[in-house]
Amino acid sequence: MMEENKDTVKDVDFWATNSEEGGWNISSTDEGSQKMLEQEDEVTTKIQMGSEVIDDYFIDDDISDDERMILNMGPQHPSTHGVLRLQVELEGEVVRRVQPVIGYLHTGMEKTGEELNYFQGPTNTTRMDYLSPFFNELVFSLATEKLLDIEVPDRASTIRILMTELNRISSHLVALATGGMDIGALSMMIFGFRERELILDFFEKTTGLRMNHNFIRPGGVAADLPDNWQKDIEKILKVIPEKLKDYDEMLLDNPIWQGRLKNVGILTTEECLAYGITGPSLRASGYAWDLRKMQPYSGIEKYEFDIPVFEEGDVFARWRIKVLEIFESLKIVEQAMGNMPKGPFKIQDKKITPPPRKRLDESMEALIHHFKIYTEGFKVPEGEVYTTVESPRGELGCFIVSDGSSKPYRMHVRGPSFCNLQALPVVMSDSPIADAVAAIASLDPVLGDVDR
Amino acid sequence: MFSPDNIFTTTIDKAVRWSRTQSMWPVTFGLACCAIEMMAAGSAKYDLARYGMEVFRASPRQADLMIVAGRVSQKMAPVLRQVYDQMAEPKWVIAMGACSSTGGMFNNYALVQGVDHIVPVDIYVPGCPPGPQSLMHGILTLHQKIMDREINR
Amino acid sequence: MKENLEISIEDYFQKVEELKNDGYEMMVDLTAIDWFRKKEPRFEVVVNFLSVSKNKRISIKVKLNDELTIPSITSLYPSANFYEREVFDMFGINFENHPDLTRILMPDDWVGHPLRKDYGTGRIPVQFKNAPKVD
Repeated sequence: MMEENKDTVKDVDFWATNSEEGGWNISSTDEGSQKMLEQEDEVTTKIQMGSEVIDDYFIDDDISDDERMILNMGPQHPSTHGVLRLQVELEGEVVRRVQPVIGYLHTGMEKTGEELNYFQGPTNTTRMDYLSPFFNELVFSLATEKLLDIEVPDRASTIRILMTELNRISSHLVALATGGMDIGALSMMIFGFRERELILDFFEKTTGLRMNHNFIRPGGVAADLPDNWQKDIEKILKVIPEKLKDYDEMLLDNPIWQGRLKNVGILTTEECLAYGITGPSLRASGYAWDLRKMQPYSGIEKYEFDIPVFEEGDVFARWRIKVLEIFESLKIVEQAMGNMPKGPFKIQDKKITPPPRKRLDESMEALIHHFKIYTEGFKVPEGEVYTTVESPRGELGCFIVSDGSSKPYRMHVRGPSFCNLQALPVVMSDSPIADAVAAIASLDPVLGDVDR
Repeated sequence: MFSPDNIFTTTIDKAVRWSRTQSMWPVTFGLACCAIEMMAAGSAKYDLARYGMEVFRASPRQADLMIVAGRVSQKMAPVLRQVYDQMAEPKWVIAMGACSSTGGMFNNYALVQGVDHIVPVDIYVPGCPPGPQSLMHGILTLHQKIMDREINR
Repeated sequence: MKENLEISIEDYFQKVEELKNDGYEMMVDLTAIDWFRKKEPRFEVVVNFLSVSKNKRISIKVKLNDELTIPSITSLYPSANFYEREVFDMFGINFENHPDLTRILMPDDWVGHPLRKDYGTGRIPVQFKNAPKVD
C-alpha cells in the first residue's frame, strides 16, 4: 500500500512543479518538503502524519490521482492565526497530509536574550507570546530568582498571581474571539475583544501599556497597584461572568455551533502525551494536568479553584474548557483581591531592585545603586535552571544557563505553542479542509511563541 | 431621484481623492503583537468602521492599504513583497509599530531592520505596540496626506 | 522533584528508551548549549522529560564529540521532531535517523547557525547624528 502511495506522490510532484499554481507551492526554498515527498518510506509517513500513535491513515483506492493536490495555506492567511504556513495535500476535499512550515516570525529573541542583562530580560521575553505577556515575564523572573536564590515578598507574589490570572482571562477571550471568527461566528469576534478591553484598561492603568508590559521583573514587580484598583477588579468580576453567559446563550445550545465543532479534530490522551501537548488541549482530552495544582509557583497552591476536564478531546471540548477556565481564573482573582497582603512590592535588596525614584534626590548611595542596576545590571551565580508556569496555552518553560556574569549565557524558552503545533498533522489529517481551520483555532497557537 | 437640487460641483481631482480616503480597505497582514492591536482597533470599542475601512480584505487584490503590523523576519520579507506586488494601484503602506518601522529592540540577524527596506512606506506609527488610537491617528494622517497631494499614482 | 543526569552519548538512546518505559510520558524540551572557548567538548544537548503520572521531571545532559552527531529520539517521542530540527537549525547539530532534518526557523538557504557563540548578532549600527533628513 505504501509503495503505491510513493508512485502517486511522485506524479503529483511532477504535476505540481510544472504548473503555474503549483510551482509556487514547491519552489526552490521548499527543499525540505520536496525531500520529504521524494524519500518516502513507511516510518517517515507515519511520523509526518503523526500516526505513530494511532494509525488512522488510509488511502481510498477509488479516488484517482487527479483528485490529489497540494495546497498552500498561508503565511498570509486570515485564519492561520498569524503567519503559520501549511502545506496541505488534499484528496478531493479531504486533507491527507499536512506539513506545518514555521519560522516566518523568527525574531532571534534567544540571541537577543544573551545580549540583555537579567534586569532587561523581561523586556525581551514579554514579546514572545504576545497574548500572555505576563506569563513570559513571570517565568523569566522565576528562573532568575531561582538562580539568585531569593524569595519575593508576599505582596509581589500576590500581584503576580492577580495579573497572570487576569492575563489568562484576556488571552482566552482572544482565543474564543478569533476562534469564533475563523469558524464563522463573527459576533464572537466583537464580543471577545469588547470584554478584553475591560481587562486591558486595568493593565494599562497598572503597567502603562496594553500589551508587552515588562511589569514582572526579577525581584518583584515594577510598580505597586494603582489607587482604587479594587474598584476596577470588582467591575471585571461583575461584568465578565454576565457576558460569558451571553456567549453560552449564543453558542452552547446552538445546533450549528455544536454540529460544526463536535467530533472534529479529535486528540486522544495518548496523542497528547506523545506530542507533548499541555494546557487546555491536554485537559480537554481527559487528563487533569495543570501545573498550577501539580507544580505550583508563586504561592498559587493557597488558592481554591478547580480544573475543568473533558473526555471528548474534540474542538468543542477545547472551546468549552477555555470558557470554564475563565470562571476558575475569576475565582483566583477574587481571592487574590481579598487576601492582598500589605508590604513591599519588590525585594528590598539594593543590588537587585532599583530604589524608588524619590530616594534618588536624597541619597547618594541610592543614586549609585540605581546607576549600577540600569547600566550593568546585577551578577547572577553560575548554574542552570529550568522553571515552568502554566500559561494559557500549556507549559511555559524557561531554561537559563548562567556563567556568573550579569547576562544569561544561554536563554531558552520552551513555548507551549511550538510543541502544540506539532500535533496539527494528527488533528487535521483525514478530515475535511473546512474542519482544518476549526482545528487550528482550537489549538490556539500564537506564532510569536512558536518562532520566538 | 435626480432632482436638480442635488447637484454640486467639484473638481475631478478632489472627488477622486475624497473617494480614495473614504473607502480604504486594508489587507489583513497581521504578523505579531501589533496585529492584535489592529484587530482591537477593528472591533467594538474603537470601531475602525467609522473611517470606512473595517473591511479587512484577505485578498491583496481587493485592498488599497497594507498595514504591516509587527516584526518582519528575513523569511517573511519575500512574502511581504509579493503581497505588496499583488495589490492593485493605488496602494499605500503603513508601518505599524517600532519593529516594522525600524527593527525596534530586535537589532539582530533575524529581522529586517525596517520594512522600508522592502516596500515604500507612507506612514510610520510609533509604539510597541501602538494602541488602537495611535493606529487610527496614523490612518487619519494618511487620509490627510492623500487629500493634500495630487493624484499621481 | 527534579533530577539532573549527565550521560555519555553512547548510552543516550538507551537511557531515553528506559525513561520512556519508566513512565516519563512527555519530552517537554530539547535544546543545546554552546560553550565556545569555555569548555571542552563544545556542545551539550539538554533534554527535559516530564512524567505526568508520577509528577516528576528529569533532565538529561549529553556532551557531544567533535562529529556533532547524536541519535534522534523522534521514534520514541514524536514531540522531539520540531525541537531537533530547531537545534539543527540553530546549532548545526546532526540528529541521526531523524525523518526530516531541515531548517525550521531560518530560510532554507541561510548560511550559518545563529545561536552559536561565534555567530554574530547581526546588529546593524543605528545612526542618530547626521542622519539623512526625510521630507
